[in-house]
Amino acid sequence: MAKRRFAIPTRKTVPRHEYAPRPRRGLRANPAALLALGILLLVAVALVAAPLIAPYDPLAMAPAQQFLPPSWEHPAGTDLFGRDVAARVLYGGRLSLGIAMLAVPLAAIPGTILGLLAGYYGHRVDRVVSWLIDVMLAFPSILLALTLIAVLGTGAINVALAVGLAGIPQYARLVRGQALTVRRQPYVRAAWTVGCTHRRIILRHILPNVIGPIIVLATLDVGWAILNASALSFLGLGVQPPTPEWGTMLNEGRGFLRDAPWVTAAPGLAIALTVLSVNLLGDALRDSLDPRLRNRG
Amino acid sequence: MLRYIGRRLLGAIPVLWGVATLVFVIMRLLPGDPAALMLSESGGSAQAIAELRNELGLDESVLIQYGRYLARLAQADLGTSLFTQRPVITTIAEQLPSTIELAIAAMLVAVILGNALGILAAAKQGTWLEGSIMTGAVVGISIPIFWSATLLIWLFALVLGWLPATGQGGFRYLILPALVLGFASAGAITRLVRASLLEVLDQDFVRTARAKGLASRTILFRHALKRAFIPVTSMIGLQFGFLLGGTVVIETIFSRPGIGRLMVNAILWKDLPLVQGVVLLVALVYTLVNLATDVVYAYLDPRIRYG
Repeated sequence: MAKRRFAIPTRKTVPRHEYAPRPRRGLRANPAALLALGILLLVAVALVAAPLIAPYDPLAMAPAQQFLPPSWEHPAGTDLFGRDVAARVLYGGRLSLGIAMLAVPLAAIPGTILGLLAGYYGHRVDRVVSWLIDVMLAFPSILLALTLIAVLGTGAINVALAVGLAGIPQYARLVRGQALTVRRQPYVRAAWTVGCTHRRIILRHILPNVIGPIIVLATLDVGWAILNASALSFLGLGVQPPTPEWGTMLNEGRGFLRDAPWVTAAPGLAIALTVLSVNLLGDALRDSLDPRLRNRG
Repeated sequence: MLRYIGRRLLGAIPVLWGVATLVFVIMRLLPGDPAALMLSESGGSAQAIAELRNELGLDESVLIQYGRYLARLAQADLGTSLFTQRPVITTIAEQLPSTIELAIAAMLVAVILGNALGILAAAKQGTWLEGSIMTGAVVGISIPIFWSATLLIWLFALVLGWLPATGQGGFRYLILPALVLGFASAGAITRLVRASLLEVLDQDFVRTARAKGLASRTILFRHALKRAFIPVTSMIGLQFGFLLGGTVVIETIFSRPGIGRLMVNAILWKDLPLVQGVVLLVALVYTLVNLATDVVYAYLDPRIRYG
């Protein structure tokens, strides 16, 4: 047989465990996810303990120490005002992650409620909610967030609000689809038959059965929220200087790329590493929740 | 097919009406007086605010304002920009070609790169090559574009001096922005192409093709790809929205003219008519692009058309 350039994996060449019913081994079987979880825990501890481990005050200016390259004294160098970049990354992360942690429930809770109502009640409720989802999805999410910022104004809370509200349709669409299938399950019919109230059926029978995909989406959404929120700050429309925030810091540093690339390197790396870890963890959660989706993008 | 297109076009009307209404609600019903907000930068006097309120028709009831707003939209009248004092639609029309150029170039990068890598990863399943491609893809979707843009500017413009850092004018100025924007989207496409292809390769007709002795390459390119591309089509429509959103950041970093940068400036100028115009236009374009991808989808997969 001629040498194959593209060996198409057929069932024979795929290792046994790939198609055998896989036991739910959870995260332990996935080294990348474990590493990601470790990094996230480390980041969380570092941010919580920032006042204890930060070598300097993130706002303290020292004009004489402008643009010092990374050294033992300043592990990530100093910026235009002689402020310690490492300390600013630590304090900035508290804000960046805090905004994301606020934005995700702001999207997930209303989105889940809308999706449950549409999927459970169907008919007219579903038509209205589906229309609302379509309308909100007609805007690229960052643009919807920008529009809200235009009206609300800048600042950390408004960024969280804008990024959060812009994320609602994603959850509504996901939960609606899930609830539509769950509604037809025998146990829901049984609950109807024994006279459970709608409220009880939704909360006790539907919600627990759709919560898995919601948790996966919420995990991945933390990464999106960090990216979107820091993008707003980067554009000067989010957290305002001198308050440290990862996007704001990148914006402040980009004018001095030639002379002081470290000012942007540290916050950029911090965002990339955190979002990467969140994404790996989200992928792993999805895989362990539903092995059939293992290959999904 | 024509009937399907007609049905989808009709279906887009309530969505577009909803888009216009949502923008109206955000602009008018959120806290604060729009006129005061718009003049807050320049420290407008009470009289100036009153005049602007009058000019924008803010003294009327909300319902009348809404009716007028829809009537003007129906005539493609987006109002006058407060900052440039020119019709919003003219200002947008001037900036649009540059954004379209960027979005198309980035889309090409994303589609070509994403498909090539996705196919390669699926064909080489279980090898180190697949592992590195998939790692690259997840890194690609995790890096903020404003940082990758900063890094590429630093490397190619400042250190190597091969390409201009900012500005517009010809192909050389388009390379970096299109690459940055395209890379981010390519990661998502790579993941979907690989997943979709692996699913198809596991199906019976592929085994049949193998059994009758077709070469792997023939199976991959003739049989499997056609099926695998179906879900990828709709993904590409969604990615276009991501690219449109990304132009906001990319145009600002690379100092390129375009509606993304116009949007940022409009927010900084508190020029609400301009903000409103840009948002409406982008939503319209995005809706039409998604409509077009749905039509392609239906063309590729007859089950949709008659479903």
